[in-house]
Amino acid sequence: MKTNPEMHLLDPVLPSLSKAATRNGFGTALVEIGEKDASVVALSADVSCSVQIEKFAKKFPGRFVQVGVAEQNMAAVAAGLAYAGKKPYIGAFAVFSPGRNWEQIRTTICYANADVKIEGSHVGLDVGEDGATHQALEDVSLMRSLPNMTVISPCDYEETKKAVHAAWKIPGPAYIRCTRNATATFTTPETPFAIGRMNLLCEGRDIAIVAAGRLVYDALLAADALSSQGLSVAVANLHTISSPDSAALEKLARECGTVITVEDHQVKGGLGSAVCETLADVYPVRVRRMGMEMKFGESGRGNEVMGKYGLSKDGIIKVVKEEVARKK
Amino acid sequence: MKLQSACELALMANSMRADVIRMLVPAASGHTAGPLGMADVFSVLFFHEMKYNAAQPKWEGRDRFVLSNGHICPILYSAMARAGFFPLEELMTLRKLGSRLQGHPSMHKLPGIESSSGPLGEGLAIACGMALSGKMDKAEWRVYCATSDGEHQEGSTWEAVMLAAKYKLDNLVAICDRNYIQIDGGTEEVMPLSDMAEKYRAFGWHAIEVDGHDYAALMRALDEARAMKGKPTMIIAKTVPGKGVKMFENNYKWHGVAPKPEEAEKALAELGEERKKLEAGQ
Repeated sequence: MKTNPEMHLLDPVLPSLSKAATRNGFGTALVEIGEKDASVVALSADVSCSVQIEKFAKKFPGRFVQVGVAEQNMAAVAAGLAYAGKKPYIGAFAVFSPGRNWEQIRTTICYANADVKIEGSHVGLDVGEDGATHQALEDVSLMRSLPNMTVISPCDYEETKKAVHAAWKIPGPAYIRCTRNATATFTTPETPFAIGRMNLLCEGRDIAIVAAGRLVYDALLAADALSSQGLSVAVANLHTISSPDSAALEKLARECGTVITVEDHQVKGGLGSAVCETLADVYPVRVRRMGMEMKFGESGRGNEVMGKYGLSKDGIIKVVKEEVARKK
Repeated sequence: MKLQSACELALMANSMRADVIRMLVPAASGHTAGPLGMADVFSVLFFHEMKYNAAQPKWEGRDRFVLSNGHICPILYSAMARAGFFPLEELMTLRKLGSRLQGHPSMHKLPGIESSSGPLGEGLAIACGMALSGKMDKAEWRVYCATSDGEHQEGSTWEAVMLAAKYKLDNLVAICDRNYIQIDGGTEEVMPLSDMAEKYRAFGWHAIEVDGHDYAALMRALDEARAMKGKPTMIIAKTVPGKGVKMFENNYKWHGVAPKPEEAEKALAELGEERKKLEAGQ
């Protein structure tokens, strides 16, 4: 399998790929932005270390607000800071922010179109051991339904840094979805990133996979394995879920006929739904949505739990074969 | 405009009470008791205490005012109109399609509104964010937050209370409309709030209890808040809901209902009588 040269990817099957969690990319980029922009402030709800906002807090203690275990307060205090001219970044576990403070985000941040950026960390089954209560599988749905909100689900450490920088440049709220576990970094500083623009990572004719977040990598591994079995599978990274790139999706649908969406999220309300809504408008084709089948997760190592629910390279291969067979 | 005497402030409050009644009739929905009960507090805040420039609502040196219990906005709109933010006639557009005077305040519709509000339990947190920003920038301006007793049943209010004490937000003063009513009845029956000043003191605030219709006491409390260092101040203003119109006073049924034209006529007559007395005593 050959990846799209314009994407400047590292070979995804290389065992030497470095690994890092996307939350670390968020924390690193936040410090970079903090150095450039004195109006940037950060808040956390007693998880600054977990969500990697601690780096900013140590570097800029006067611009960090520790709200304690109080996600609702974090959102509304951030809004007040934004009304007074600051650019607040808030971070917590996604089950609680935006899970618990959705109405504060709706009223005080989105209705106000306030310049508040939200890091939802520890998303999906990837969280693993902590179990169902801590595995955010509905956060994209919650955020995607809000006017003014930009929702980004970056695929690796490098892309998360780009997403944080890109979000800083757009006024208004944005939600960036981050994972707990270290995953392979397969994009490079040269890989393009623009909010709202889908990245076609490898071309294909037989079927198209549209993924977001850490499962983009698994989709690439699946496409690679399937290419040696004679199947030509396109893989696209649709990181901006709030405004799916409809022109790029239409082209993909026309070329491949069937689209498979892959996400570490419930199958209702997230990336899969966004792709269905978009294609229903521009070029309706069959869409098979892979994700959590409207269930709650359980404890185990992240990869094990994801594997159990089909969210893995092998799970994707199985579904691709089913869909190719169905096309014939 | 800076009013100093109790009589001037009372005349302003009387005018605002009449505005509220006149606005609510064509709106045919909205809240009556809260706006009337807080008229004296708004008179002191807008015409004695706060610094602002109605011609330049975004003037950087202004004090920030957050109305947390957004449903009492008729009194805010009246105060803003009388302060010169917009023409008095516009008050009659309250809650109408296309109006800048939304049913709950909208910061995007009406210049001078610092924060949209209505969902209870959020305003104090927003005010804390503003006050934190002021502290970071060592700004001179202060933050005023009007809140209600009922919204202290929202847990999120207490999250903000803790944060304000932790960050020693002495540039923040909150005024609570302690009128003992809410939609379903009396606050002490629906969910007792008991001694709110003691609760605030336990949370590390400076708390003052005043009669919310006593101008001298309100002005003294606001002076005390300005002098307080290292602590935010909560002024518990005990008010009579529906104050100024006998048939509305102390009746929780007037929390969320607008007067009908014949009720408004009686109310305006009563306010007119009160005005004559005030003018005679001036």
